[in-house]
Amino acid sequence: MNWFTRFLTSSIGKKLIMSLTGLFLCLFLIVHLAGNLQLLLDDGGNAFNLYAYTMTHNPLIKAVSYGTYFFIILHAIQGIVLALQNRKARNSKYAVKVTRTTGTSSFAARQMALLGSLILIFLGIHMGDFWWKMKSNQTNTLTIEGIEVQDLYEKVAASFSVEWIVAFYVVAMIGLCFHLLHGFQSAFQTLGLNHKKYTPFIQLLGKGFAILVPTLFALIPLYFYFVK
Amino acid sequence: MKLNLKVWRQKGAETGGKFETYTVEANEHMSFLEMLDVLNEQLIAEQKEPVSFEHDCREGICGTCSMVINGHPHGPMKGTTTCQLHMRHFNDGETITIEPFRANAFPVIKDLVVDRSAFDRIIQAGGYISVNTGQAQDGNSIPIEKELASEAFDAATCIGCGACVAACPNASAMLFTSAKISHLNMLPQGEVEAAQRVLNMVDQMDAEGFGACSNVTACEAECPKDISVKNIARVNREYFAATLASERVSKK
Amino acid sequence: MKLDGKIPAGDLSEKWTKYRGTMNLVAPNNKRRIDVIVVGSGLAGASAAATLGELGYNVKCFTFHDSPRRAHSIAAQGGINAAKNYQNDGDSVFRLFYDTIKGGDYRSREANVHRLAEASRNIIDQAVAQGVPFAREYGGLLANRSFGGVQVSRTFYARGQTGQQLLIGAYQSLSRQISLGNVEMYNRHEMLDVVVVDGKARGIITRNLVTGEIERHAAHAVVLGTGGYGNVFYLSTNAMNSNVTAAWRATKRGALMANPCFTQIHPTCIPVSGEYQSKLTLMSESLRNDGRVWVPAKKEDVLAIREGRLKPTEIAEEDRDYYLERRYPAFGNLVPRDVASRAAKVACDEGHGVNATGLAVYLDFDDAIMRYGKSEAHSKGLYNASAADIRALGEQVVEAKYGNLFEMYEKITGENPYKTPMMIFPAVHYTMGGLWVDYNLETNIPGLFAVGEANFSDHGANRLGASALMQGLADGYFVLPYTIGQFLSGEIRTPKIDDQLPEFEAAEKAVKERLAQFMNIKGKQSVESFHRRLGKIMWEYCGMSRSAEGLNKARKMIQDLRAEFYADAFVPGDLNEYNPELEKAARVADFLELGELMVVDALDRNESCGGHFREEYQTPEGEALRNDKDYTYVSAWEWTDTSTDPVLHKEELKFENVELKTRSYK
Repeated sequence: MNWFTRFLTSSIGKKLIMSLTGLFLCLFLIVHLAGNLQLLLDDGGNAFNLYAYTMTHNPLIKAVSYGTYFFIILHAIQGIVLALQNRKARNSKYAVKVTRTTGTSSFAARQMALLGSLILIFLGIHMGDFWWKMKSNQTNTLTIEGIEVQDLYEKVAASFSVEWIVAFYVVAMIGLCFHLLHGFQSAFQTLGLNHKKYTPFIQLLGKGFAILVPTLFALIPLYFYFVK
Repeated sequence: MKLNLKVWRQKGAETGGKFETYTVEANEHMSFLEMLDVLNEQLIAEQKEPVSFEHDCREGICGTCSMVINGHPHGPMKGTTTCQLHMRHFNDGETITIEPFRANAFPVIKDLVVDRSAFDRIIQAGGYISVNTGQAQDGNSIPIEKELASEAFDAATCIGCGACVAACPNASAMLFTSAKISHLNMLPQGEVEAAQRVLNMVDQMDAEGFGACSNVTACEAECPKDISVKNIARVNREYFAATLASERVSKK
Repeated sequence: MKLDGKIPAGDLSEKWTKYRGTMNLVAPNNKRRIDVIVVGSGLAGASAAATLGELGYNVKCFTFHDSPRRAHSIAAQGGINAAKNYQNDGDSVFRLFYDTIKGGDYRSREANVHRLAEASRNIIDQAVAQGVPFAREYGGLLANRSFGGVQVSRTFYARGQTGQQLLIGAYQSLSRQISLGNVEMYNRHEMLDVVVVDGKARGIITRNLVTGEIERHAAHAVVLGTGGYGNVFYLSTNAMNSNVTAAWRATKRGALMANPCFTQIHPTCIPVSGEYQSKLTLMSESLRNDGRVWVPAKKEDVLAIREGRLKPTEIAEEDRDYYLERRYPAFGNLVPRDVASRAAKVACDEGHGVNATGLAVYLDFDDAIMRYGKSEAHSKGLYNASAADIRALGEQVVEAKYGNLFEMYEKITGENPYKTPMMIFPAVHYTMGGLWVDYNLETNIPGLFAVGEANFSDHGANRLGASALMQGLADGYFVLPYTIGQFLSGEIRTPKIDDQLPEFEAAEKAVKERLAQFMNIKGKQSVESFHRRLGKIMWEYCGMSRSAEGLNKARKMIQDLRAEFYADAFVPGDLNEYNPELEKAARVADFLELGELMVVDALDRNESCGGHFREEYQTPEGEALRNDKDYTYVSAWEWTDTSTDPVLHKEELKFENVELKTRSYK
């Protein structure tokens, strides 16, 4: 085997892919959140719709977004493959299961694949509801500042008035929170960044990120459902 | 104290196994293995086959014990091997479940005895410093910082018992392998072969059928010698450097 | 039989160098054609197998463990001696040689011990190069500590796990040779016989412990590194599986067993807590650097303590008897092991023992804690620190030095040794006796070598602390790989040994019959119960003190027990499977013979020396009374058949470089 494929298929190489794609998706979450928080502005959705227009028309951003799709798929497939392979390393299961760990969350660490699958399902519904409908021109158009944009805001408001969608979004964000609780600091550990001086900071940052980002995301559907 | 034991009985690697239940009269000053000795004496008196379990030094250093007690490799006490676990940590009338270390890479030989030769093969892949007898220079010719020697020692205290594999939901051997690599790679004597060592040993570990590490840290929590997962991070980073930056390739 | 130690002529300090420079060699092209079997993979076995592999021999190495990393060398705590004189405190090769000869009560060979002292320096270098993480000073250089019986600091250590680290070093070297194909490793194989062809050792018979298969392995020479036989006492600090079988099987084939009664009783072990006890745990001798040994001076205090009415910490200073400091002011708590053990026995025999069984003394760290605490407070500038603060600081220092030992003590006893003194009592630890070997480490059977604790060679009647690791590694790394050439250089024309020879056939048959015999006893009592009973006899009559009367009684008791074993033991399971009870039966059967030989040897030696204390031979103060006129010899016993009496062969010991003196630590 060529050294590079060997590297990527080694147990550490596979984890490296999980780690790097995971960290990239964390960055994506920040950008996505920053954009989406514009939904909370009281401007009838103008800022948000303009933002959505930019995101879909700027060639550079478009390129990055295709990268993001690719990384999401890679992260998901690799994660599922790894989880299945890891399960196969122990055919005979324990009668008594305990969950002692020294990490942040034993539940999260052990259920990354389950949490990841939940997030993947969420992504499917989320993209189908907004991205696909926008791409296939199922949304209305309107003109803001002389630019003809699709009214995604209206679509969002419509979706977030449906009870089960709001509930599902909140559940998915709780799943994301746990996924990040383990994933964020685990990515650094996989990269080999475990340092007496910096690791406590990374762990604190990871906890903050895992709680703050999903909470803010979850606020949006709740705001639409209860306040608007 | 009276105890109910649910013990895994398995004739051989190929046959399946099942739990058998026994009652044993123990006392709180006994070690866990002495309690099993009592059980075996009882079974022999009934002309039944005793429970096979591996043990040797009974002072927590040889790494031979290989059982999971109530879900914990080496039992519920932190930083303690099975042989140093005493019955005073259990309650009268308690039911204790005893299973072997379970992992495909550690096939069961009989009852609670498993085959851990995969660990030997990982060491044979590169867990040594290539120095023949008689080639060494004076011991004091390489000063080593006290803190560094101590950190290398922390990794070197691994007793090779396999509790990390038994505890890991993925049956990963990363804590063992990384402790062994770290011990040698941290020291100046081991630096010469560091890149080659990490490549060969990680490859061998993968070939043995252990799962991949997903940073659950159950290994660190259950390790009877409190080996740190910091070693895993170190090996990850050395593996990247050895693969991507050095011109070495794995010889395995 | 005339025993020839083959000690080279010449000046003591030149013997080894000259001999090494003139001994026969085997050329590299011939080494490739020579097979060597090494049995055992502890410090001596693993280091020998690795080094022989490096030299180019075809090596097969055997262990009954699941991995060569588990041998009981791993449990050695305190350290390893070497005459490096890094501390500039007057140490030298001669001083280490002298201390070892004196410590061994003048019952070992001068030439062997001097060679050991010379090799000690190379061992440290070799171990450091292998990556053994010895303790270091802040400047990055190697640290030392002191051990019993000496007045210099020459002990190198790796926390309380020196044996583990050295064994891992040897195991790693062995693993390297395995990966290079120079050594073929057989885990889970137990040697059950030596095969002697035309008077030379040419192979072994083993049992595969997983499948039960009996296998033949042939080679040009056989090396036994199979450890000591302390488990003949049932309760000892040895690992549960340590046994005499390999050495005893060699004895049955004509090898001589030397000084079998020389047993080391270690003074600082955790006392026995009950009948179920399976083994005893050592507390490193290094603890005696800082711990003070005492018992209550007043009998009423002893009684109150045993009944739990009084705590040791409540006993006033003047009511304590620090008996080692009182009896041996020059060495105090750091007297050699045999002296410290006997003193503890005397204290307990006089009724001062402090636990319920009356068999324990205190090892107290209170003074050390307060002393270190004061110095620590001073260095931190806390001139007005309270006693409690000083104690807390002192506990931290003691924890840094002995933390893992204290923790182990607490795990086993459930008592906190920082708050209340440890309770300790002597326990069987090491056997100085073993297979008789000459200067080449070759037994009287040509081609059969013994290394490490399995041979008798270097420690005389008492071993000094931190010398076992030194001897095992010296034998394996720096002695045997040379001296085996003396024999093998004569074998370069010998073709590969054929394992179909009638001698192999016969040996295999004998092994199979013997195992079948154990299975067919079909009695009622467990093998373990026989072992326990043997241990009690040995401890009672052939332990810390022995008398002709007791020994005669013991011999009869052992013979009876042996007969009972063959009539009423029960071995469950089958021959052809993983069967630990069968393994145990074969080992206990051998202990039942060795035990008798130990008693015979102890009876023969009408003197007290080192670990061998005969009640009839003591000074009015109760110190050992040696008899140099009549007993300056090695007792090498021939005993191939239990129906006859063992035959004694004597090797006279000549002392040309040291003067035989009464050993005094006063």
